[in-house]
Amino acid sequence: MSIRIDPKLCVGCGACIEACPGNLIKRGANGKAVLKRPEECWGCASCLKECRFKAASYFLGADIGGCGALMQIEKVGDVAHWIIRIAGRAPIDIPVDRRSANKY
Amino acid sequence: MKRDDLRLETLRADILIVGGGAAGCYAAISAARINPDLRILVVEKANVKRSGCLAGGVNAINAYIVEGHTEHEYLEYVRWDAEKIIRDDLVLSMAKRFNETTRDLERMGLVILKDESGNYVSRGKRNIKINGENIKPILASELERYDNICVINHVNVTDLLVDENGVCGAVGFSVNFEAAFVIAARATLVATGGAAGLYRPNNPGFSRHKMWYPPFNTGAGYAMGARIGAEMTSFEMRFVAQRCKDTIAPTGTIALGVGAPEVNVLGETYAFRYGHSTSGRAQGATAEALAGRGPCYLKTVGLSSEQEAELCRAYLNMSPAQTLKWFESGQTPSRCNVEIEGTEPYIVGGHTGSGYWIDTSRRTTLAGLYAAGDVAGGAPKKFVTGAMAEGAIAVETMIDDLASRSEIQSEDLVRVAREKTDEYLRRMTVHDSVYNVFDLEEAMQKTMDVYAGGISAKYRYNDNQLEIAQTRVAELTQMAAALSARDMDEMLRIYELIDRLTVCETVIAHLKARRETRWPGFGVNANYPEKNNEWEFFVNSRRRDGLVEIVTRPLTLGKDWYEHTN
Repeated sequence: MSIRIDPKLCVGCGACIEACPGNLIKRGANGKAVLKRPEECWGCASCLKECRFKAASYFLGADIGGCGALMQIEKVGDVAHWIIRIAGRAPIDIPVDRRSANKY
Repeated sequence: MKRDDLRLETLRADILIVGGGAAGCYAAISAARINPDLRILVVEKANVKRSGCLAGGVNAINAYIVEGHTEHEYLEYVRWDAEKIIRDDLVLSMAKRFNETTRDLERMGLVILKDESGNYVSRGKRNIKINGENIKPILASELERYDNICVINHVNVTDLLVDENGVCGAVGFSVNFEAAFVIAARATLVATGGAAGLYRPNNPGFSRHKMWYPPFNTGAGYAMGARIGAEMTSFEMRFVAQRCKDTIAPTGTIALGVGAPEVNVLGETYAFRYGHSTSGRAQGATAEALAGRGPCYLKTVGLSSEQEAELCRAYLNMSPAQTLKWFESGQTPSRCNVEIEGTEPYIVGGHTGSGYWIDTSRRTTLAGLYAAGDVAGGAPKKFVTGAMAEGAIAVETMIDDLASRSEIQSEDLVRVAREKTDEYLRRMTVHDSVYNVFDLEEAMQKTMDVYAGGISAKYRYNDNQLEIAQTRVAELTQMAAALSARDMDEMLRIYELIDRLTVCETVIAHLKARRETRWPGFGVNANYPEKNNEWEFFVNSRRRDGLVEIVTRPLTLGKDWYEHTN
C-alpha cells in the first residue's frame, strides 16, 4: 500500500508534506516531495486530496494483490473524480460528490 | 548533528491539549467557546487537517441516539458488547452528548443524509449516514475561527512534566527541525489516541502499514501517563477488528449497508455460533478456519450494479484501497464474495475499554492531567461523537479546576524538562548501537505476535508465553534506550518505539492478571479458556518504582458518578 509522487508533475508546493499524517513525505534535494519509505504509507489518500498538480498517485502493494494500477484524484468543484488507470484499459472515472452522504 | 544544534523553544498555556484528533480538536473548540480569554494550545504530531484515526475519513456516525431510543439503551448495548466491563458513568455522560455533538458537526459543515422532512436517515438504533471524507478539514477550519486557540503542528510530545503540584506541562521535539519544545500548562489534556503497531500486522511486508488503526498512533499518551504512575484500566481488553482481507477495509459498510451475511467456505452462515458482539464477530472467521471451514466471506454475489456502485463510492470516502482492489482484480462484489479476516490486536479505548482510569469528569489519577478519546478507558464504543463529547467534558472540568492550578516558573520548567532535553541531545550525538529502530520494532512485533496472542498464535497466549514476552520486551526497552538518531525523523521513530514498548509491557501485565477468557474474539487465555463470573471487575495497573503493579476495581453498575478515592 503506497503512493508514488511524479517528480515531473510535482512543483514542490509542500501541500502533501504538510498533510501526511505519518510525516512520511519529505522535501528532496531538488525541492520536490519524496516519500522516503513507501512501505510506511497507511493509504489514507490525504496527499492525493491535497495535491493540486495530480503528482501523487495511489497503488496497492503486490503483497495485497496489486497489479500495478494507479489511482488519482481530479477535483472539479465539490466533485472528486477518482481515476483508476489499469494498463491496456480506458481509465475508470468514479465521481464522488462531497455534498452527498454515503448511502451505506 | 552537533550538541548545540538542538534549539530550545518554550511555550505557555492555560490549557494544553496533546493530540489534535477528533477529541483534541473538539476539546479546544469547546474550551474556546466557554472562555475566549484562555490560552489554549493544541500540539499535534502531524497536521490537524489530516491526522489521527480520521485522516482518511469516516463512513458513518456510529454513536447517535436515534429518535425513539435513549442513552440508557446505548449503555446496555455497550455493557452487553463489552461483557460488563464498563463504567456506567462514563458511557452515560458521553451518550447524553452524542446528538448535540452531531448537530455541532453538521453546523461546522459535515454532510448528513436526511429524509424529505429534514430528519437524519438512520441505520438501526445508533447510526446515521454522512459524507465523512473531509471531517478533519472541517474540524481544522473550526479551530481557526477562535483567536485564543494556537495549534502547533509537527511537534511530537514524548513526556509529561511533573512538579510538586502534579502534571505541569509537556516536553517534545519538532519532527522537521532540530528543536525541543518545553511547554508549561496549568492543565493538560492527553488526547493522543490508541496504539497500533504493537503486534506483527496482517501484511508484515511492503504493506505493513495497511492496517485498521492509524500506524502513526503509537500509544504515546498511554505511555507518557504510565511512566509517571497514572492508573490505567482494561489493557487486557484488546481490540481485534473483522476486516476485508488484504486491504483491511471495514466490513460494516457491506454487512450493514447491503445486508450481506458472513458465510464460511461451505456457504453456511456461522455468526450464530459465536454471537453478534464485536468479540463474537472477530472470533468467527478465525474459529471457522481452525475448524476447517475457512476462508470466510461476506456474501455479496448478486448485488445490483447500483448497490455495487454505492459501495465503491462509500469506500473511496474512507478506505480507497478497497475500491481500487475491486477494479484492479476485476473481482467486484457483485461477482465475488468479499474475503474477511481478523486484524492484529490493537489497544484502543474508543472501541474497547483500554486506557486511563478517569473519574466522571475525565480527570486521570494525576493532578493536572485529564484524558479523552481513544486514550481514555472504561467507555467502549465512543467512536467519533463519543471521543468529541469526552473532549468537551474534559475541558469543562479543566476550566473549573484552573482556579486551583498555578503555572510553573520558567527556571523550574527548564529544570524539570532537562532530563528529557539532555536525552534528545545524547541520541543526536552518541552513535554506538548495532541496531536501528526498525530492527527493534520488528523484534517487538514478533515477540508480541508469538508470545502475547497475535495473529500467528490465533490470539491465544498462556502464562509461560507471557513471561517470555515480558522478558524480551524488557530487553528491547533497554536496547531502545541506546538508539541514536541521525535526524529528527529517526528521533520520532525512536520515541514511537519506546512508547509502544511501554504499552506492550502494560498489555502483557494485564493479560497475565485476568485469569479467564472474557472476550474470546480479542484473545484466549489458554490456561483459563472460559469466562468466569468471579472476574466481573476491572483489572487496573500503575507503575511504582519501575514495575507494573496490578490493582482491581469493582464495577460501577447503576452509578452515574465516580470520583477517585485512592
